[in-house]
Amino acid sequence: MTMTLTAGAVQYHWPRDTLFRFYADLADSPVHDVVLGEVVCSRRRDVKPADWLALAAELTQAGKRVWLGTLALIETEAELRGVRQAVERGDVLIEANDAAAVRLAWHAGRPWSIGTHVNVYSSEALAEYREMGAIRWLAPVELDLDAMQAVMAPHRGHIEAEVFAFGRLPLALSARCFTARHHGLQKDHCGFVCGNDPDGLDVTTQEGQLFLAINGIQTQSGTVQCLLHHLPGLIGAGVSALRLSPCAWDFLEVLRLHDAALRGRLAPGDAEAVLRGLKLPGPLSNGFTHARTPGMAWEVA
Amino acid sequence: MNAVIQPELVCPAGSPRALDVALEAGADAVYLGLRDATNARNFAGLNFSPAELRAAVRRAHASGRKVLMALNTQALSPDPGPWLRAVDVAADAGVDALIAADVAVMAHAKKHHPALRLHLSVQGSATNHEAIALYHERYGIQRAVLPRVLTLSQVAHVIRQTPVEIEVFGFGSLCVMVEGRCALSSYATGRSPNNAGVCSPAESVRWEEKGGQVDARLGGVLIDRYGPEEHRAYPTLCKGRFEIEGRREHALEEPTSLNTIDVLPELIRAGVKAIKIEGRQRSAAYIDQVTRVWRQAIDRAVADLAAYEPSPAGQQALQRLSEGRQTTLGALSRPWQ
Repeated sequence: MTMTLTAGAVQYHWPRDTLFRFYADLADSPVHDVVLGEVVCSRRRDVKPADWLALAAELTQAGKRVWLGTLALIETEAELRGVRQAVERGDVLIEANDAAAVRLAWHAGRPWSIGTHVNVYSSEALAEYREMGAIRWLAPVELDLDAMQAVMAPHRGHIEAEVFAFGRLPLALSARCFTARHHGLQKDHCGFVCGNDPDGLDVTTQEGQLFLAINGIQTQSGTVQCLLHHLPGLIGAGVSALRLSPCAWDFLEVLRLHDAALRGRLAPGDAEAVLRGLKLPGPLSNGFTHARTPGMAWEVA
Repeated sequence: MNAVIQPELVCPAGSPRALDVALEAGADAVYLGLRDATNARNFAGLNFSPAELRAAVRRAHASGRKVLMALNTQALSPDPGPWLRAVDVAADAGVDALIAADVAVMAHAKKHHPALRLHLSVQGSATNHEAIALYHERYGIQRAVLPRVLTLSQVAHVIRQTPVEIEVFGFGSLCVMVEGRCALSSYATGRSPNNAGVCSPAESVRWEEKGGQVDARLGGVLIDRYGPEEHRAYPTLCKGRFEIEGRREHALEEPTSLNTIDVLPELIRAGVKAIKIEGRQRSAAYIDQVTRVWRQAIDRAVADLAAYEPSPAGQQALQRLSEGRQTTLGALSRPWQ
């Protein structure tokens, strides 16, 4: 079984030009799938729906399979309308990040992907979403490898499974914008101050441990997920794709080293050493691969 | 003028004693969970055995009240059996509704116990009417508990757009994150609401005192540090003080409780069908006091919506019982929007 690479949706508020350059670079990179779209904050509108579709067309042209991620937290009718329009247009595949998007994709009758914020912790739950037309599944970040294997056992060959393999982990969502809160700004008059934090805003403990990162309404891990030591285990668990979450620096290098590791050209330890040499936003972690282990832990078997 | 719908007062019970107290104090319905990982208050010494559940249903029904059973964590592979069997236990005991979060649990209930009424748990994370519609049409849920992230007008909008009854939180510990989609606790401790029915679990908490300074740790991570005179709060991960750009602050939320008693008439006008009190982990004395204050408030509000004002004595009682001794309307009213 071969494993492919996915470039996840950019979680941060990057300038429009930066985003376009980023996707131009991805067109020539070893990723198989690309997820587009604004999934965190509906106020970030520099890139319009039509822009995303144009980017999707270009990436498709370059041979990538393209998905549009939906907003993870939908509160207003306007946000719902945006998701409905994206699903109904049908130009790209949908990665559904909440139950509203699941319903819309299901009713549209087109194949779709289960986003990480839609809870699947059992084979039975996965069967439900397969019945609704899901063809791909990005597991919840806290699902360990043994559980992953158990969930996938009856579904192998019927659905693609993906894990969050690189980047700051999306851990929580709230109505309130924590970036605006930190800057003493109202959410509706935030001045898009999150644009200053291309990898999120570091939250450290009072004794200086990098713990979390805030990114608007999203709370991320301070650590950077790295599953380079778990590739055989992932394949054994039925995982067919690695989700690499874009970071502000050296992301193409991150892609290349994961590609080399998958092709057996780089041993896990060497790949880790290369990774550690890059400009990453935080220390590495992989604790979520084991049950009842803190996700922020780093363990090498 | 539309007839006023009296919202059901739904109170927590972590033990048979708490259930009796809640019924005595005027709860219309009591919610509870089994003594295992199938519900989101999986704490030592808490919750009900199947036999206690059956007895609880008998006692509540004898006084014309309801029992709702929370089965609101995610059924976990490799053995989702306990969750599916818990559905059967609930149906056998004759509970008035099952509060579920996982589609696997709802599918099992619909298939094997079609007469069992289903409520979508707050852990089901439905924040809009389209999401609620998914669970309604596929699993027949008849009520949804909304996450504590919507404004009053958003709550009212959801109610106008859905045939499903809407329940909201009235009082208790405040989750600032969207429930059912938060992995902060497992990030620090390995255990979370979804995978273990706990948040910031007590067994991962450590208090360390050094020269008058007290450190509160969770999974080894320093959540807050207190001076000798400072009021100390339980180290719930999202309510700690951290540093951002060199400034120490409550980066996410302060220790505070949700209290919506001030906006009760608005909730009733919006058509909220039930108001939930958080706190299955709380003492019977706590449940008694909170239930009495809310029973009185709902009765007074329904009797005369226009004239309703929260009773100062009731407000003081709730304030005393609140986390960090402060309360907020949470997302319902957003001074920060």
